[in-house]
Amino acid sequence: MRVLTLAGRRLAASIPTLILILVGVFLLLQLAPGDTVDALMAQMGGGDAATARQLREFYGLDLSVWAQLGNYLWRLVRLDLGFSAIYGKPVATVIAERLPATILLMTASLSFAFFFGLLLGVVAARGVNKWPDTLISTLGLMFYAMPTFWFGLMAIVVFSIYLQWLPAGGFEDITVSYTGLRRTLDIALHLILPTLTLGLFYMAIYLRIMRGSMLEVLNLDFVRTARSKGMDETRVVVRHVLRNALLPMVTLIGLQAGTMLGGSVVVESVFSLPGLGRLAYESVIQRDLNTLLGIIFVSALLVIAVNFIVDLLYARLDPRITAGS
Amino acid sequence: MSPILVLDDVSVRLPAGGDRSHAMANVSLSLAANEILCVVGESGSGKSMTANAIMRLLPGGVAIDGGRILFEGRDLCRLGEAQMREVRGAGIAMIFQEPMTALNPLRTIGDQIGEMFELHTDLPAAEIAARTLALLEEVRIPDPALAFRAYPHELSGGQRQRAMIAMALALDPKVLIADEPTTALDVTTQAQILKLIRDLQRRKGTAVLFITHDFGVVAEIADRVAVMREGRVVEAGATAAVLGEPRHAYTRQLIAAVPPLEAPPPRQLSGEPILALAHVSKTYRTGGFLGRGKRVTHAVRDVSLVLPRGATLGIVGESGSGKSTLARCLVRLIDPESGEIRLNGVDLAGLSREEMRAATRRIQMVFQDPFASLNPRRKAGEAVAQGLVVHGMARPQALARARELFGLVGLDPAATERYPHEFSGGQRQRIGLARALALEPEVLVADEPVSALDVSVQAQVLKLLAELRERLGLSIVFITHDLRVAAQVCDLVAVMQRGEVVEAGPIGAVFGAPQHPYTRELLASIPGREIGAGRRFAEEPTA
Repeated sequence: MRVLTLAGRRLAASIPTLILILVGVFLLLQLAPGDTVDALMAQMGGGDAATARQLREFYGLDLSVWAQLGNYLWRLVRLDLGFSAIYGKPVATVIAERLPATILLMTASLSFAFFFGLLLGVVAARGVNKWPDTLISTLGLMFYAMPTFWFGLMAIVVFSIYLQWLPAGGFEDITVSYTGLRRTLDIALHLILPTLTLGLFYMAIYLRIMRGSMLEVLNLDFVRTARSKGMDETRVVVRHVLRNALLPMVTLIGLQAGTMLGGSVVVESVFSLPGLGRLAYESVIQRDLNTLLGIIFVSALLVIAVNFIVDLLYARLDPRITAGS
Repeated sequence: MSPILVLDDVSVRLPAGGDRSHAMANVSLSLAANEILCVVGESGSGKSMTANAIMRLLPGGVAIDGGRILFEGRDLCRLGEAQMREVRGAGIAMIFQEPMTALNPLRTIGDQIGEMFELHTDLPAAEIAARTLALLEEVRIPDPALAFRAYPHELSGGQRQRAMIAMALALDPKVLIADEPTTALDVTTQAQILKLIRDLQRRKGTAVLFITHDFGVVAEIADRVAVMREGRVVEAGATAAVLGEPRHAYTRQLIAAVPPLEAPPPRQLSGEPILALAHVSKTYRTGGFLGRGKRVTHAVRDVSLVLPRGATLGIVGESGSGKSTLARCLVRLIDPESGEIRLNGVDLAGLSREEMRAATRRIQMVFQDPFASLNPRRKAGEAVAQGLVVHGMARPQALARARELFGLVGLDPAATERYPHEFSGGQRQRIGLARALALEPEVLVADEPVSALDVSVQAQVLKLLAELRERLGLSIVFITHDLRVAAQVCDLVAVMQRGEVVEAGPIGAVFGAPQHPYTRELLASIPGREIGAGRRFAEEPTA
């Protein structure tokens, strides 16, 4: 009940956020020179002013900015993301084609970063200032300092070109059409390098946070209580320290969901994955306002969803969080 | 009776570079079954380290480097870590000072108590739950079934400490170590917890090592006492002997620093009021999103008090009684929602923000925690001069004035160049006083100014406060939870409970013949009331 109230309130609070984001981005994009029609005309190899005017009328681009914004929001209310002039398909269809790759990449990277960040953080904190800690902290710093794109490129050079263990890019092997389990395996193989590339950076952050909060919690009074009960160190960590130390990390995941989506643009480009990130980049180049707004809408939904889950998780982890405060 | 726990010439080494080489030096103590031994000392005396050494739970870099700790004939110093874990909890159990932080906030009380059985026995889960519930009943927690499922934050401080005691006594340990178990509690709760520990100890025949800084608690509960100073036991013996005829000078000095509960003869008070409160109220409202989960707390309810010029008005009460809120209302750190606060006839509550800033010159505040109330990145002198600069004095003059003020409160004027962490607790509270006095206020509002200090330091600060009152003609509002302190420094006293003043009047009258039942309960709860009786305060023999 407590969790449900909290959930409902968080969801209600995210609606104004969503509207603000969309209006803000819509207005910002009006500042960029050129529009869809310019891009289309360029693709067609040019045309006269009359055709351009006709096209603008057809896409509703001749209206005032506010009227266009009103139209867009009204369509959104009816869950209609509009039509992409560039791709010649409804925006919803375009996004639906690209969404799985991004969600898969994000989920995989986040899980990887979370799991190994936690594990390494705990190991480092247990052996603080001894060699495991030094080793883990140094590695963490390296991953943190290395630019994502460079790490991706080096991974391709080593694992795809030199060792030829893993595919260099793409979402799946398009020369053979696998089905069922074989296809899943193929996709998984293609995602290993992108996941590592995106995940290692976040893992480095998580392990530092985890190490820090573990050390902090280990010094708290109730840990001393647990030890005075005659509990061994492993049990103390698992049963008393871990859950308390997880709280700051869980908060961080919610905050970084958006950053991770941004990071996936780079990774998708490096590994030529057909994901949302690349779609966003292409739509900006082509002034495909409808698609871009659609992507932002979906991304905002994703971030809100992740934060929502994180909030629920937090409430589950910490009984002190109540719907009242 | 043969002792069950013996510390034989135990020394504990501190990491190099500290202010002393040993936290404990050649400490010898012995504890028999069915006896309560109090280890008393001021902060840094090594009394908590003694507890940690027995449990072998010393912080990193600190190690036992001599002596034996014999528990039932076995030397704990020589046990392996696994054997030591079997002793912890089952043989020797421990309760701690701060029951809020000593319990894991994310797990239920029942779960944490049950863990004792899980660790040391093979009982099935149902049996563990039943025994845990029985323990909670034994420590007389209200509604044990509810407490079983509660998280620590859902219980009051006293209930949490009861839960801690239940946990420590789960396996009927031979020895119970209690490290300042009542220090964080209100005086009435403290009295209940002390009685509970005493009762359980008598019934189970447990040996209790009770660590405290409070001689009142010692008088209340101890069979024998050991006084520690700088890691050494300076005096040990039966309670009556040590408290009645202390042999060591340090013990005498400590006991003399405990303020007696009787008030000194009343002073002649001026008839002219400097500060008058009429019907002051402050209510907190929380929650209230769409009218749900709304909570209304009447922090201060209809308080009317008068402070005559040159007098000290004590406001006493337990935590949550609204005394600190009232203090903050006086200096308008919090805006009271109704009522008048007249300082020399001017109603402070009615002033605008701007006018109030000018008026703060005449009414200043001293805070409780001398550690937290000074900015660690600012030199002490700057902290004192800041108020003067804000009120328009040039910086060099303000700093010169700060040096004078340091002299006034008994600090070296050259110390203005140092940072707060370079001072001891008592010195920091002196800085806090200098800061408050910088603007030459007529009224000083002191919120628990000595609560965080050791008794001997407390005595010095109280003496300084009394001197300053005489010399500068100050009028003081003195907020405290400590009735002993109130008895010594206040001319008038107001007892607060749940936001209301239940009794007010001259201190001798209120403490001598309390009218309200709550005042009587408070006075009756003070541990070791006979300590210091018939003695004048602050005339301690020099060590």
